Amino acid sequence: MTIKQISVFLENKTGRLNEVTKVLAANGINMLAFCIAEATDFGLMRLIVHEVDKAVEVLRNAGFAVILTDVIAIHCPNRPGALSKILESLAENSIFIEYMYAFAQSERADVIINPNDREKCLRILEEKHADIL
Amino acid sequence: MSRDEMSDLQGKRLHKLVELVYHNVPFYREKMQEAGLTPDDIREIGDIGKLPFTTKQDLRDNYPTGLQAAGQSEIVRIHASSGTTGNPTVVGYTRRDLEIWSESAARAFTAYGVTKNDIFSVGYGYGLFTGGLGAHYGVEYVGATVIPTSTGNTDKHLRLLRDLKVTGIACTPSYALYLAEAMEKNGMTRDDISLKIGAFGAEPWTENMRHEIESRLGLQAYNLYGLSEIIGPGVSYECECKNGSHISEDHFYPEIIDPDTLEPLPYGTVGELVFTTLTKTGMPLLRYRTRDLCSLTDGKCGCGRTNVRMTRIIGRCDDMLIIRGINVFPSQVESVILEMPEFEPVYLMVVDRIDCLDTLQVQVEVRRDYFSDELGEMLRLRRRLADKLKSVLSISADVKLMEPGSISRSEGKSVRVIDRRQLT
Repeated sequence: MTIKQISVFLENKTGRLNEVTKVLAANGINMLAFCIAEATDFGLMRLIVHEVDKAVEVLRNAGFAVILTDVIAIHCPNRPGALSKILESLAENSIFIEYMYAFAQSERADVIINPNDREKCLRILEEKHADIL
Repeated sequence: MSRDEMSDLQGKRLHKLVELVYHNVPFYREKMQEAGLTPDDIREIGDIGKLPFTTKQDLRDNYPTGLQAAGQSEIVRIHASSGTTGNPTVVGYTRRDLEIWSESAARAFTAYGVTKNDIFSVGYGYGLFTGGLGAHYGVEYVGATVIPTSTGNTDKHLRLLRDLKVTGIACTPSYALYLAEAMEKNGMTRDDISLKIGAFGAEPWTENMRHEIESRLGLQAYNLYGLSEIIGPGVSYECECKNGSHISEDHFYPEIIDPDTLEPLPYGTVGELVFTTLTKTGMPLLRYRTRDLCSLTDGKCGCGRTNVRMTRIIGRCDDMLIIRGINVFPSQVESVILEMPEFEPVYLMVVDRIDCLDTLQVQVEVRRDYFSDELGEMLRLRRRLADKLKSVLSISADVKLMEPGSISRSEGKSVRVIDRRQLT
Protein backbone atom coordinates (compact mmCIF):
# COMPACT_ATOMS: atom_id res chain seq x y z
CA MET A 1 0.00 0.00 0.00
CA THR A 2 1.09 3.51 -0.69
CA ILE A 3 -0.26 6.76 0.67
CA LYS A 4 -0.78 10.14 -0.98
CA GLN A 5 1.72 12.85 -0.23
CA ILE A 6 0.95 16.47 -1.05
CA SER A 7 3.76 18.54 -2.58
CA VAL A 8 3.53 22.32 -2.65
CA PHE A 9 5.81 24.49 -4.78
CA LEU A 10 7.04 27.51 -2.83
CA GLU A 11 9.03 30.59 -3.79
CA ASN A 12 11.74 31.37 -1.30
CA LYS A 13 10.26 34.38 0.39
CA THR A 14 9.53 35.22 3.95
CA GLY A 15 6.14 34.13 5.21
CA ARG A 16 5.28 31.89 2.28
CA LEU A 17 5.44 28.72 4.36
CA ASN A 18 3.21 30.31 6.92
CA GLU A 19 0.62 30.93 4.20
CA VAL A 20 0.35 27.15 3.70
CA THR A 21 -0.07 26.38 7.38
CA LYS A 22 -2.61 29.21 7.76
CA VAL A 23 -4.79 27.81 4.96
CA LEU A 24 -4.63 24.32 6.50
CA ALA A 25 -5.39 25.68 9.97
CA ALA A 26 -8.36 27.69 8.74
CA ASN A 27 -9.80 24.47 7.32
CA GLY A 28 -9.07 22.35 10.35
CA ILE A 29 -6.52 20.15 8.63
CA ASN A 30 -3.74 18.66 10.74
CA MET A 31 -0.34 17.74 9.35
CA LEU A 32 1.00 14.33 10.37
CA ALA A 33 4.43 14.81 8.88
CA PHE A 34 6.18 17.19 6.55
CA CYS A 35 9.55 18.19 5.19
CA ILE A 36 10.98 20.93 3.02
CA ALA A 37 13.47 20.58 0.19
CA GLU A 38 15.11 23.77 -0.86
CA ALA A 39 16.96 25.14 -3.88
CA THR A 40 18.40 28.65 -4.05
CA ASP A 41 15.25 30.45 -5.07
CA PHE A 42 12.44 27.97 -4.53
CA GLY A 43 11.47 25.10 -2.30
CA LEU A 44 9.19 22.07 -2.18
CA MET A 45 7.05 21.37 0.86
CA ARG A 46 5.99 17.74 1.17
CA LEU A 47 3.28 16.88 3.65
CA ILE A 48 1.15 14.04 4.87
CA VAL A 49 -2.39 14.77 6.07
CA HIS A 50 -5.50 12.73 6.83
CA GLU A 51 -7.89 14.62 4.59
CA VAL A 52 -5.90 14.61 1.37
CA ASP A 53 -8.64 15.65 -1.07
CA LYS A 54 -9.81 18.50 1.10
CA ALA A 55 -6.27 19.76 1.67
CA VAL A 56 -5.52 19.74 -2.08
CA GLU A 57 -8.74 21.62 -2.78
CA VAL A 58 -8.22 24.36 -0.20
CA LEU A 59 -4.55 24.82 -1.13
CA ARG A 60 -5.34 25.04 -4.84
CA ASN A 61 -8.13 27.50 -4.14
CA ALA A 62 -5.61 29.58 -2.23
CA GLY A 63 -3.47 29.71 -5.39
CA PHE A 64 -0.78 27.16 -4.53
CA ALA A 65 0.80 24.83 -7.06
CA VAL A 66 0.02 21.39 -5.65
CA ILE A 67 0.61 17.89 -6.89
CA LEU A 68 0.05 14.44 -5.37
CA THR A 69 2.69 11.76 -5.20
CA ASP A 70 2.39 8.14 -4.09
CA VAL A 71 4.87 7.41 -1.32
CA ILE A 72 5.47 4.50 1.03
CA ALA A 73 4.96 4.99 4.76
CA ILE A 74 6.21 2.49 7.32
CA HIS A 75 6.24 2.21 11.05
CA CYS A 76 9.64 1.52 12.37
CA PRO A 77 10.60 0.79 15.98
CA ASN A 78 12.18 3.83 17.60
CA ARG A 79 15.51 2.23 18.56
CA PRO A 80 19.09 2.17 17.29
CA GLY A 81 19.61 0.08 14.14
CA ALA A 82 15.94 -0.37 13.26
CA LEU A 83 16.01 1.91 10.23
CA SER A 84 19.45 0.73 9.22
CA LYS A 85 18.16 -2.83 8.89
CA ILE A 86 15.37 -1.75 6.59
CA LEU A 87 17.60 0.45 4.45
CA GLU A 88 20.17 -2.30 4.15
CA SER A 89 17.67 -4.70 2.67
CA LEU A 90 16.58 -1.99 0.20
CA ALA A 91 20.17 -1.27 -0.81
CA GLU A 92 20.92 -4.99 -1.26
CA ASN A 93 18.08 -5.07 -3.76
CA SER A 94 19.29 -1.96 -5.61
CA ILE A 95 16.43 0.24 -4.51
CA PHE A 96 17.44 3.88 -4.87
CA ILE A 97 15.78 6.34 -2.50
CA GLU A 98 14.89 9.67 -4.10
CA TYR A 99 14.13 11.15 -0.72
CA MET A 100 12.79 10.19 2.68
CA TYR A 101 11.84 11.81 5.95
CA ALA A 102 10.79 10.58 9.35
CA PHE A 103 9.11 11.57 12.58
CA ALA A 104 9.81 9.74 15.81
CA GLN A 105 7.67 9.83 18.89
CA SER A 106 7.88 7.53 21.94
CA GLU A 107 8.04 3.87 20.85
CA ARG A 108 7.83 4.29 17.13
CA ALA A 109 8.85 6.35 14.13
CA ASP A 110 6.88 7.06 10.96
CA VAL A 111 9.12 6.89 7.93
CA ILE A 112 8.08 8.23 4.50
CA ILE A 113 10.01 6.83 1.54
CA ASN A 114 9.96 7.77 -2.14
CA PRO A 115 11.99 5.09 -3.94
CA ASN A 116 12.82 4.90 -7.64
CA ASP A 117 10.92 1.60 -7.96
CA ARG A 118 7.84 1.69 -5.74
CA GLU A 119 6.48 -1.80 -6.56
CA LYS A 120 9.76 -3.54 -5.93
CA CYS A 121 10.32 -1.56 -2.76
CA LEU A 122 6.93 -2.56 -1.40
CA ARG A 123 7.58 -6.22 -2.23
CA ILE A 124 10.87 -6.18 -0.36
CA LEU A 125 9.40 -4.41 2.64
CA GLU A 126 6.60 -7.02 2.78
CA GLU A 127 9.12 -9.85 2.59
CA LYS A 128 10.94 -8.31 5.52
CA HIS A 129 7.66 -7.96 7.42
CA ALA A 130 8.00 -4.21 7.73
CA ASP A 131 5.01 -2.45 9.22
CA ILE A 132 3.60 -0.71 6.15
CA LEU A 133 0.81 1.82 6.61
CA MET B 1 34.35 67.83 -49.71
CA SER B 2 31.62 70.43 -50.24
CA ARG B 3 27.99 69.60 -49.56
CA ASP B 4 27.20 69.80 -53.27
CA GLU B 5 29.99 67.40 -54.13
CA MET B 6 28.83 64.99 -51.42
CA SER B 7 25.20 65.13 -52.59
CA ASP B 8 26.31 64.55 -56.14
CA LEU B 9 28.34 61.50 -55.10
CA GLN B 10 25.48 60.16 -52.97
CA GLY B 11 23.01 60.61 -55.85
CA LYS B 12 25.21 58.69 -58.28
CA ARG B 13 25.79 55.90 -55.76
CA LEU B 14 22.09 55.70 -54.91
CA HIS B 15 21.20 55.29 -58.59
CA LYS B 16 23.72 52.46 -58.93
CA LEU B 17 22.43 50.85 -55.75
CA VAL B 18 18.84 50.96 -56.94
CA GLU B 19 19.81 49.37 -60.24
CA LEU B 20 21.64 46.64 -58.34
CA VAL B 21 18.77 45.72 -56.02
CA TYR B 22 16.09 46.11 -58.72
CA HIS B 23 17.78 43.50 -60.85
CA ASN B 24 19.07 41.19 -58.10
CA VAL B 25 16.69 41.29 -55.13
CA PRO B 26 13.10 40.23 -55.94
CA PHE B 27 11.91 41.76 -52.65
CA TYR B 28 13.01 45.24 -53.71
CA ARG B 29 11.94 44.84 -57.33
CA GLU B 30 8.41 43.95 -56.23
CA LYS B 31 8.28 46.83 -53.75
CA MET B 32 9.45 49.28 -56.40
CA GLN B 33 7.02 47.95 -58.97
CA GLU B 34 4.19 48.35 -56.48
CA ALA B 35 5.22 51.98 -56.07
CA GLY B 36 5.45 52.39 -59.84
CA LEU B 37 9.21 53.00 -59.72
CA THR B 38 12.03 51.97 -62.02
CA PRO B 39 15.73 52.62 -61.35
CA ASP B 40 15.57 55.54 -63.80
CA ASP B 41 13.26 57.41 -61.41
CA ILE B 42 16.06 57.57 -58.84
CA ARG B 43 18.65 59.99 -60.15
CA GLU B 44 19.72 62.14 -57.25
CA ILE B 45 19.89 61.79 -53.50
CA GLY B 46 16.72 63.90 -53.14
CA ASP B 47 14.80 61.07 -54.82
CA ILE B 48 15.45 58.75 -51.88
CA GLY B 49 12.07 59.62 -50.33
CA LYS B 50 10.34 57.75 -53.18
CA LEU B 51 11.95 54.45 -52.15
CA PRO B 52 10.39 51.89 -49.81
CA PHE B 53 11.62 51.34 -46.25
CA THR B 54 13.21 48.12 -45.03
CA THR B 55 12.46 46.79 -41.53
CA LYS B 56 13.92 44.11 -39.27
CA GLN B 57 10.75 42.14 -40.02
CA ASP B 58 11.61 42.20 -43.73
CA LEU B 59 14.99 40.68 -42.87
CA ARG B 60 13.27 37.95 -40.87
CA ASP B 61 10.68 37.26 -43.55
CA ASN B 62 13.45 36.84 -46.10
CA TYR B 63 15.61 34.67 -43.84
CA PRO B 64 18.29 33.60 -44.43
CA THR B 65 19.59 35.12 -47.66
CA GLY B 66 16.52 36.53 -49.45
CA LEU B 67 17.81 40.11 -49.39
CA GLN B 68 21.27 39.22 -50.65
CA ALA B 69 22.11 40.91 -53.95
CA ALA B 70 25.31 38.98 -54.56
CA GLY B 71 25.53 35.32 -55.49
CA GLN B 72 26.89 32.92 -52.90
CA SER B 73 30.26 32.69 -54.68
CA GLU B 74 30.74 36.43 -54.19
CA ILE B 75 30.06 36.26 -50.46
CA VAL B 76 33.28 35.92 -48.46
CA ARG B 77 31.95 36.39 -44.90
CA ILE B 78 28.73 35.93 -43.00
CA HIS B 79 27.83 37.56 -39.67
CA ALA B 80 24.61 37.03 -37.79
CA SER B 81 22.83 38.69 -34.93
CA SER B 82 20.26 37.06 -32.70
CA GLY B 83 16.70 37.42 -33.90
CA THR B 84 13.27 36.80 -32.46
CA THR B 85 11.55 33.40 -32.65
CA GLY B 86 14.87 31.75 -33.32
CA ASN B 87 15.55 33.42 -36.70
CA PRO B 88 18.88 35.24 -36.58
CA THR B 89 19.57 38.13 -38.95
CA VAL B 90 22.14 36.88 -41.44
CA VAL B 91 24.34 39.39 -43.25
CA GLY B 92 26.60 38.33 -46.12
CA TYR B 93 29.62 40.46 -47.08
CA THR B 94 31.42 40.58 -50.42
CA ARG B 95 35.15 41.23 -50.51
CA ARG B 96 34.37 44.83 -51.44
CA ASP B 97 32.00 45.13 -48.44
CA LEU B 98 34.78 44.03 -46.10
CA GLU B 99 37.03 46.69 -47.61
CA ILE B 100 34.35 49.36 -47.11
CA TRP B 101 33.85 48.15 -43.55
CA SER B 102 37.57 48.13 -42.72
CA GLU B 103 37.95 51.59 -44.21
CA SER B 104 34.93 52.97 -42.33
CA ALA B 105 36.20 51.54 -39.06
CA ALA B 106 39.68 52.88 -39.86
CA ARG B 107 38.20 56.36 -40.29
CA ALA B 108 36.84 56.05 -36.77
CA PHE B 109 40.18 55.01 -35.27
CA THR B 110 41.96 57.74 -37.22
CA ALA B 111 39.51 60.30 -35.81
CA TYR B 112 40.38 59.08 -32.31
CA GLY B 113 44.02 59.80 -33.07
CA VAL B 114 45.18 56.20 -33.51
CA THR B 115 48.37 55.80 -35.55
CA LYS B 116 50.65 52.92 -36.50
CA ASN B 117 52.54 53.54 -33.28
CA ASP B 118 49.58 52.45 -31.15
CA ILE B 119 48.92 49.04 -29.64
CA PHE B 120 45.20 48.32 -29.52
CA SER B 121 43.32 45.68 -27.58
CA VAL B 122 39.96 44.66 -29.05
CA GLY B 123 37.75 43.52 -26.20
CA TYR B 124 34.54 43.08 -28.17
CA GLY B 125 33.37 39.52 -28.69
CA TYR B 126 34.82 37.85 -31.77
CA GLY B 127 32.47 35.63 -33.73
CA LEU B 128 29.09 36.08 -35.33
CA PHE B 129 28.81 39.43 -33.54
CA THR B 130 30.34 42.15 -35.74
CA GLY B 131 31.99 44.05 -32.86
CA GLY B 132 35.22 42.07 -32.54
CA LEU B 133 36.18 41.56 -36.17
CA GLY B 134 34.90 45.02 -37.21
CA ALA B 135 37.11 46.87 -34.73
CA HIS B 136 39.96 44.44 -35.45
CA TYR B 137 40.05 45.18 -39.18
CA GLY B 138 39.74 48.93 -38.54
CA VAL B 139 42.74 48.99 -36.20
CA GLU B 140 44.76 46.82 -38.56
CA TYR B 141 43.86 49.06 -41.52
CA VAL B 142 45.34 52.06 -39.69
CA GLY B 143 48.50 50.05 -39.19
CA ALA B 144 48.40 49.92 -35.40
CA THR B 145 49.15 46.68 -33.59
CA VAL B 146 45.95 44.79 -32.82
CA ILE B 147 45.53 42.35 -29.94
CA PRO B 148 42.38 40.23 -30.41
CA THR B 149 41.68 39.89 -26.69
CA SER B 150 37.93 39.32 -27.13
CA THR B 151 35.75 38.96 -24.04
CA GLY B 152 35.99 36.74 -21.01
CA ASN B 153 39.41 36.69 -19.41
CA THR B 154 39.65 39.96 -17.51
CA ASP B 155 42.78 39.11 -15.49
CA LYS B 156 44.72 38.17 -18.59
CA HIS B 157 43.39 41.27 -20.32
CA LEU B 158 44.69 43.51 -17.52
CA ARG B 159 48.04 41.78 -17.57
CA LEU B 160 48.40 42.30 -21.33
CA LEU B 161 47.38 45.96 -21.00
CA ARG B 162 50.11 46.48 -18.45
CA ASP B 163 52.92 44.32 -19.81
CA LEU B 164 52.54 45.25 -23.49
CA LYS B 165 51.96 48.93 -22.67
CA VAL B 166 48.74 48.88 -24.66
CA THR B 167 47.67 52.39 -25.70
CA GLY B 168 44.13 51.81 -26.95
CA ILE B 169 41.12 49.66 -26.17
CA ALA B 170 37.85 48.90 -27.98
CA CYS B 171 35.04 47.35 -25.95
CA THR B 172 31.60 48.08 -24.54
CA PRO B 173 31.51 51.01 -22.10
CA SER B 174 30.22 48.74 -19.36
CA TYR B 175 33.13 46.35 -19.85
CA ALA B 176 35.51 49.33 -19.62
CA LEU B 177 34.04 50.13 -16.20
CA TYR B 178 34.30 46.48 -15.21
CA LEU B 179 37.97 46.49 -16.23
CA ALA B 180 38.56 49.62 -14.14
CA GLU B 181 36.99 47.88 -11.18
CA ALA B 182 39.04 44.70 -11.67
CA MET B 183 42.18 46.80 -12.03
CA GLU B 184 41.56 48.56 -8.75
CA LYS B 185 40.78 45.24 -7.03
CA ASN B 186 44.13 43.87 -8.24
CA GLY B 187 45.87 46.82 -6.61
CA MET B 188 46.71 48.47 -9.93
CA THR B 189 46.11 52.13 -10.74
CA ARG B 190 45.70 53.98 -14.01
CA ASP B 191 49.37 54.85 -13.75
CA ASP B 192 50.29 51.17 -14.13
CA ILE B 193 48.75 51.10 -17.61
CA SER B 194 49.36 53.22 -20.69
CA LEU B 195 45.88 53.49 -22.21
CA LYS B 196 45.15 56.80 -23.91
CA ILE B 197 42.37 56.03 -26.39
CA GLY B 198 39.12 54.12 -25.87
CA ALA B 199 36.60 53.21 -28.61
CA PHE B 200 33.32 52.35 -26.95
CA GLY B 201 30.02 51.26 -28.41
CA ALA B 202 27.52 48.43 -28.99
CA GLU B 203 25.32 49.67 -26.16
CA PRO B 204 23.90 53.02 -25.05
CA TRP B 205 26.04 55.12 -22.72
CA THR B 206 26.07 58.60 -21.28
CA GLU B 207 28.32 61.60 -20.66
CA ASN B 208 28.62 60.60 -17.01
CA MET B 209 29.85 57.14 -17.98
CA ARG B 210 32.34 58.81 -20.31
CA HIS B 211 33.74 60.93 -17.49
CA GLU B 212 33.96 57.97 -15.16
CA ILE B 213 35.73 55.75 -17.70
CA GLU B 214 38.12 58.55 -18.64
CA SER B 215 39.10 59.33 -15.07
CA ARG B 216 39.41 55.72 -13.93
CA LEU B 217 41.36 54.40 -16.92
CA GLY B 218 43.17 57.63 -17.75
CA LEU B 219 42.16 57.72 -21.41
CA GLN B 220 40.04 59.68 -23.88
CA ALA B 221 36.75 57.86 -24.50
CA TYR B 222 35.08 58.05 -27.92
CA ASN B 223 31.81 56.72 -29.25
CA LEU B 224 31.89 54.06 -31.98
CA TYR B 225 28.50 53.35 -33.56
CA GLY B 226 27.37 50.70 -35.95
CA LEU B 227 24.91 47.92 -36.55
CA SER B 228 25.40 44.60 -38.25
CA GLU B 229 22.50 45.03 -40.69
CA ILE B 230 24.23 48.11 -42.12
CA ILE B 231 27.83 46.83 -41.79
CA GLY B 232 29.03 46.73 -38.15
CA PRO B 233 31.06 49.16 -36.01
CA GLY B 234 32.28 52.16 -38.02
CA VAL B 235 29.01 53.56 -39.36
CA SER B 236 29.70 56.68 -37.28
CA TYR B 237 32.35 57.83 -34.82
CA GLU B 238 33.27 60.76 -32.63
CA CYS B 239 36.23 63.04 -33.27
CA GLU B 240 38.34 64.97 -30.75
CA CYS B 241 35.46 67.45 -30.32
CA LYS B 242 33.23 64.69 -28.83
CA ASN B 243 30.26 66.58 -30.15
CA GLY B 244 28.21 64.04 -32.07
CA SER B 245 29.30 61.07 -34.15
CA HIS B 246 30.39 61.68 -37.75
CA ILE B 247 28.57 59.42 -40.17
CA SER B 248 30.45 57.95 -43.13
CA GLU B 249 27.66 59.29 -45.30
CA ASP B 250 29.42 58.51 -48.56
CA HIS B 251 28.71 54.85 -47.67
CA PHE B 252 25.76 55.02 -45.28
CA TYR B 253 23.17 57.68 -46.10
CA PRO B 254 21.28 58.80 -42.99
CA GLU B 255 17.73 60.10 -42.66
CA ILE B 256 15.59 60.89 -39.64
CA ILE B 257 11.90 60.02 -39.88
CA ASP B 258 8.83 60.18 -37.70
CA PRO B 259 8.40 56.51 -36.69
CA ASP B 260 4.60 56.82 -36.82
CA THR B 261 3.96 58.79 -40.01
CA LEU B 262 7.25 57.73 -41.69
CA GLU B 263 7.64 61.33 -42.87
CA PRO B 264 11.22 62.69 -43.05
CA LEU B 265 12.11 65.12 -40.26
CA PRO B 266 14.45 68.11 -40.56
CA TYR B 267 17.96 68.21 -39.06
CA GLY B 268 17.91 68.92 -35.34
CA THR B 269 14.64 67.05 -34.73
CA VAL B 270 14.66 63.76 -32.81
CA GLY B 271 13.27 60.81 -34.72
CA GLU B 272 14.08 57.32 -35.97
CA LEU B 273 17.43 56.92 -37.67
CA VAL B 274 17.27 55.35 -41.14
CA PHE B 275 20.24 54.20 -43.22
CA THR B 276 20.69 53.38 -46.89
CA THR B 277 23.87 51.46 -47.73
CA LEU B 278 25.09 53.35 -50.79
CA THR B 279 28.01 51.13 -51.67
CA LYS B 280 27.40 47.65 -50.22
CA THR B 281 26.94 44.81 -52.69
CA GLY B 282 26.47 41.72 -50.46
CA MET B 283 23.26 42.63 -48.70
CA PRO B 284 22.53 46.27 -49.58
CA LEU B 285 19.58 47.84 -47.79
CA LEU B 286 17.29 50.69 -48.84
CA ARG B 287 16.15 52.98 -46.06
CA TYR B 288 16.68 50.51 -43.20
CA ARG B 289 14.80 51.54 -40.08
CA THR B 290 17.23 51.16 -37.16
CA ARG B 291 14.60 51.86 -34.45
CA ASP B 292 17.29 54.01 -32.78
CA LEU B 293 16.16 57.52 -31.81
CA CYS B 294 18.50 60.48 -32.29
CA SER B 295 18.85 63.67 -34.33
CA LEU B 296 21.26 64.79 -37.07
CA THR B 297 23.37 67.95 -37.48
CA ASP B 298 25.20 69.22 -40.54
CA GLY B 299 27.74 72.01 -40.89
CA LYS B 300 31.47 72.01 -40.32
CA CYS B 301 32.67 70.45 -37.08
CA GLY B 302 35.42 71.96 -34.93
CA CYS B 303 37.69 69.16 -36.17
CA GLY B 304 37.23 70.33 -39.76
CA ARG B 305 35.13 67.38 -40.92
CA THR B 306 32.03 68.28 -42.90
CA ASN B 307 30.15 64.97 -42.81
CA VAL B 308 26.78 64.80 -41.02
CA ARG B 309 26.84 64.06 -37.28
CA MET B 310 24.34 62.13 -35.18
CA THR B 311 23.65 62.73 -31.48
CA ARG B 312 23.86 59.96 -28.92
CA ILE B 313 21.14 57.34 -29.23
CA ILE B 314 18.55 58.56 -26.75
CA GLY B 315 16.23 55.57 -26.92
CA ARG B 316 14.48 52.98 -29.03
CA CYS B 317 11.13 53.07 -30.76
CA ASP B 318 10.59 49.35 -30.16
CA ASP B 319 11.01 47.14 -27.12
CA MET B 320 14.52 45.97 -27.91
CA LEU B 321 16.97 45.81 -25.01
CA ILE B 322 20.72 45.91 -25.37
CA ILE B 323 22.27 43.63 -22.78
CA ARG B 324 26.04 43.21 -22.73
CA GLY B 325 26.04 44.61 -26.26
CA ILE B 326 23.62 41.96 -27.52
CA ASN B 327 20.18 42.87 -28.87
CA VAL B 328 17.45 41.16 -26.90
CA PHE B 329 13.73 41.28 -27.61
CA PRO B 330 11.13 40.28 -25.04
CA SER B 331 9.38 38.36 -27.80
CA GLN B 332 12.39 36.00 -27.95
CA VAL B 333 11.90 35.09 -24.31
CA GLU B 334 8.18 34.73 -24.92
CA SER B 335 8.67 32.33 -27.82
CA VAL B 336 10.87 30.06 -25.69
CA ILE B 337 8.43 30.01 -22.79
CA LEU B 338 5.42 29.35 -25.01
CA GLU B 339 7.17 26.24 -26.31
CA MET B 340 7.45 24.73 -22.83
CA PRO B 341 4.19 23.41 -21.36
CA GLU B 342 5.68 23.41 -17.85
CA PHE B 343 5.34 27.19 -17.65
CA GLU B 344 2.48 29.65 -17.60
CA PRO B 345 2.54 31.97 -20.63
CA VAL B 346 3.75 34.92 -18.56
CA TYR B 347 7.24 36.10 -17.72
CA LEU B 348 9.15 39.02 -16.30
CA MET B 349 12.61 40.08 -17.44
CA VAL B 350 14.65 41.93 -14.84
CA VAL B 351 17.71 43.67 -16.28
CA ASP B 352 20.28 45.12 -13.92
CA ARG B 353 23.87 46.24 -13.89
CA ILE B 354 25.84 44.60 -11.10
CA ASP B 355 29.55 45.34 -10.73
CA CYS B 356 29.38 47.17 -14.05
CA LEU B 357 28.10 44.11 -15.92
CA ASP B 358 24.60 43.71 -17.27
CA THR B 359 22.57 40.88 -15.80
CA LEU B 360 19.34 39.35 -17.02
CA GLN B 361 16.96 37.42 -14.81
CA VAL B 362 13.93 35.73 -16.34
CA GLN B 363 11.12 34.96 -13.93
CA VAL B 364 8.67 32.29 -14.99
CA GLU B 365 5.73 30.63 -13.31
CA VAL B 366 5.65 26.87 -12.95
CA ARG B 367 2.26 25.50 -14.02
CA ARG B 368 0.03 24.34 -11.21
CA ASP B 369 0.03 20.66 -12.15
CA TYR B 370 3.23 20.59 -14.07
CA PHE B 371 5.95 20.66 -11.49
CA SER B 372 7.81 17.74 -10.10
CA ASP B 373 7.97 16.58 -6.52
CA GLU B 374 11.67 15.98 -6.99
CA LEU B 375 14.14 18.81 -6.56
CA GLY B 376 16.50 17.36 -9.16
CA GLU B 377 13.72 17.41 -11.74
CA MET B 378 12.93 21.02 -10.93
CA LEU B 379 16.57 22.01 -11.23
CA ARG B 380 16.76 20.17 -14.55
CA LEU B 381 13.66 22.07 -15.72
CA ARG B 382 15.30 25.35 -14.78
CA ARG B 383 18.50 24.32 -16.55
CA ARG B 384 16.54 23.33 -19.67
CA LEU B 385 14.89 26.76 -19.86
CA ALA B 386 18.21 28.53 -19.20
CA ASP B 387 19.87 26.53 -22.00
CA LYS B 388 17.09 27.32 -24.46
CA LEU B 389 17.20 31.01 -23.56
CA LYS B 390 20.95 31.04 -24.02
CA SER B 391 20.74 29.49 -27.47
CA VAL B 392 18.06 31.95 -28.62
CA LEU B 393 19.35 35.11 -26.92
CA SER B 394 23.12 34.44 -27.19
CA ILE B 395 23.54 35.63 -23.61
CA SER B 396 22.94 33.66 -20.46
CA ALA B 397 19.98 34.43 -18.26
CA ASP B 398 19.38 33.52 -14.66
CA VAL B 399 16.06 31.67 -14.49
CA LYS B 400 13.92 32.13 -11.42
CA LEU B 401 11.05 29.71 -10.90
CA MET B 402 7.99 31.36 -9.42
CA GLU B 403 4.63 30.22 -8.09
CA PRO B 404 1.69 30.40 -10.47
CA GLY B 405 -0.08 33.75 -10.29
CA SER B 406 2.84 35.54 -8.68
CA ILE B 407 3.84 37.55 -11.75
CA SER B 408 1.39 40.40 -12.14
CA ARG B 409 -0.95 40.27 -15.08
CA SER B 410 -2.74 43.25 -16.41
CA GLU B 411 -5.14 43.95 -19.19
CA GLY B 412 -3.69 45.73 -22.15
CA LYS B 413 0.01 46.39 -22.06
CA SER B 414 1.55 44.48 -19.20
CA VAL B 415 4.99 45.02 -17.76
CA ARG B 416 7.31 42.37 -19.17
CA VAL B 417 10.61 44.15 -18.55
CA ILE B 418 12.06 45.89 -15.54
CA ASP B 419 15.29 47.65 -16.44
CA ARG B 420 17.08 48.69 -13.28
CA ARG B 421 20.24 49.85 -15.00
CA GLN B 422 21.03 53.42 -14.10
CA LEU B 423 22.44 55.06 -17.19
CA THR B 424 23.45 58.26 -15.48
